[in-house]
Amino acid sequence: MIKHLRSAADLDAETATLILDTAGEMAALAGREVKKLPTLRGRTVVNLFYEDSTRTRISFEAAAKRLSADVINFSAKGSSVSKGESLKDTALTLQAMGADAVVIRHPASGAPHRLASWVDGSVINAGDGTHEHPTQALLDAYTMRSRLGRLDGLNVAIVGDVLHSRVARSNVLLLSTLGARVTLVGPPTLIPIDVAAALQPGLKVSYDLDSVLPDADVVMMLRVQTERMQDSYFPSAREYSRRYGLDAPRMRKLPEHAIVMHPGPMNRGMEIAPEVADSSRSTIVEQVANGVSARMAVLYLLLGGKA
Amino acid sequence: MTSYLIKGVSILGGASADLLIKDGVLATGSADGAEVIDAAGLVALPGLVDLHTHLREPGREDAETVETGSRAAALGGYTAVFAMANTSPVADTAGVVEQVWRLGREAGLVDVQPIGAVTVGLAGKQLAELGAMATSAAGVRIFSDDGHCVADPRLMRRALEYVKAFDGIIAQHAEEPRLTEGAQMHEGEVSTRLGLTGWPAVAEEAIIARDVLLAEHVGSRLHVCHVSTAGSVEVLRQAKARGVRVTAEVTPHHLLLTDELAASYDPVFKVNPPLRTAKDVAALRQALVDGVIDVVATDHAPHAVEDKECEWAYARPGMVGLETALPVVLSVLGEQWELIAERMSRAPARIAGLAGHGTDLTAGSPANLTLVDPSARRVVDPAELASRSRNTPYAGTTLPGRIVATFLRGEPTVLDGKAVK
Repeated sequence: MIKHLRSAADLDAETATLILDTAGEMAALAGREVKKLPTLRGRTVVNLFYEDSTRTRISFEAAAKRLSADVINFSAKGSSVSKGESLKDTALTLQAMGADAVVIRHPASGAPHRLASWVDGSVINAGDGTHEHPTQALLDAYTMRSRLGRLDGLNVAIVGDVLHSRVARSNVLLLSTLGARVTLVGPPTLIPIDVAAALQPGLKVSYDLDSVLPDADVVMMLRVQTERMQDSYFPSAREYSRRYGLDAPRMRKLPEHAIVMHPGPMNRGMEIAPEVADSSRSTIVEQVANGVSARMAVLYLLLGGKA
Repeated sequence: MTSYLIKGVSILGGASADLLIKDGVLATGSADGAEVIDAAGLVALPGLVDLHTHLREPGREDAETVETGSRAAALGGYTAVFAMANTSPVADTAGVVEQVWRLGREAGLVDVQPIGAVTVGLAGKQLAELGAMATSAAGVRIFSDDGHCVADPRLMRRALEYVKAFDGIIAQHAEEPRLTEGAQMHEGEVSTRLGLTGWPAVAEEAIIARDVLLAEHVGSRLHVCHVSTAGSVEVLRQAKARGVRVTAEVTPHHLLLTDELAASYDPVFKVNPPLRTAKDVAALRQALVDGVIDVVATDHAPHAVEDKECEWAYARPGMVGLETALPVVLSVLGEQWELIAERMSRAPARIAGLAGHGTDLTAGSPANLTLVDPSARRVVDPAELASRSRNTPYAGTTLPGRIVATFLRGEPTVLDGKAVK
């Protein structure tokens, strides 16, 4: 098993499949009256969060607690971090406290890579800047597999602000590893340069959402921050929504079985219409539940559990 | 003053010869009483001249001082360095440039020639007192806002024109600021993969294209700092073919390293302009050979540990380079001594109008020279650097060539590979 999960590229097909299978076993546990496993008793998991992200932190916290780990939440606010302590000094502190795993959320791309060079424990990337969010990709893949029965050969459209999206990068890498065919959709300003060469040869890019929908098994809508229009990535929220938002008429272009995903938090009415978000195709609430199972699987396997 | 007889040295790779140093100049005649230096197997080069050094004093003496930077320079084979103006306070007045110049004289290891800021506080709003700096004791001839681009085209035009009065030259840090907001590394495949904001090549090329046209229009001299892209090389090639008075420099790191190194997220590889692609590296090497690029300049940029031992986005850009420049160039060009002397000594001295440096090693010339052992190999160890900072991108790399001795006006600053003071 790998030691760190810094990028979805750290996972080969075999490892990724093992994590998804393990997540399935963890999900079965959630149906029981006692939802707790003793596996990580006596182990310490630190949630080191430099950005506010209640949902991701709670998800990791629930995952670690269900495995009986001791959880320390270390948030940038109200700690030495806000007094200007460097990441390295914080890392050495966590090291001295005997952290077996550090789950890090950080606004700077690559912060988990730096952290991994300073601590002995496992480092799990819970979102770094505009780089990656590998556990989100795992829970997304798990959700697709649960709903559609497979990943190999699926057509997945990832729509929106790919340029600034750590979710998109991790999903492209993981889904490609697992045999899905990904198409990135968005205005050209929000598709990063040389993206196929960078992430996956054969990765497709489209600027036209309507042409992609009829063949899509999965549409993943990314959060688009309205601030982007101040920086001329697109003219207005209204125009963005018209060209790239998923509304009910567009949803009807999808095949019968297709699902709609969103990593949250949503801008209802911007990238996704309320009737789409609340439709039976939407997996948005499932994704949250699956997040706990996927993160349990990651903690379990990285900290030496056996599947 | 001690006389020295450098015995059996190969001048620029030529046949074995002796060099006699008397009273600070190269001499002929009797070597009686001269201290003999056995230079068998060593190559003599005119003392190297660096057009682009950050000495950090005043302001960041924890990262480098004029003295420690001078020592690093001497150990790298340099006899003159041009100190960039982005100190604190900024070298935008006669007072600050004279202070740096005086500190250089006191250290006495290389000639430290201050570069003056183009604009007050490097703010890009108002011309600094360029004339006062030119007529100060420091005799400033090169002006640069390096670290910042003189982005305002009108201000750049005026600066180019104004310095003609004292044969000055504007050294431009070519970086279109709006195209590089938040930029962290070369924009391309690797920046996309790493999720780091891109620094597009066009942000450099567009400014160089504009500036060569401005320089042509007003008949001024322009020097382009740290050229880093294949596209910039083409812009310069065309401008030179038209007769524009433009010169350009490339750093050793842009001749050797690529953007793939950012994948470690180790900010020791973060630099501005950023490391580019293998295609750019190939174009820069060719341009250096062709003469489209005139000079190798180090952009020696020392940084304190805390400014590098952090997240990539929070780290300061820059690499130390004085002590590794010649070895890197040797590894890139091979033992083309004539070319190396031209690009690292004569051309920079000529561009700067610096008398007494970059001269041929013939009788009567000031004895500014360095002796290199081309057969030596050295593994770069950051802990061994004379610079006060350790941010070398070459840690653990084996590089060819060892600087054995350096002489500044006949006085050794380096002997047996060690600084004499």
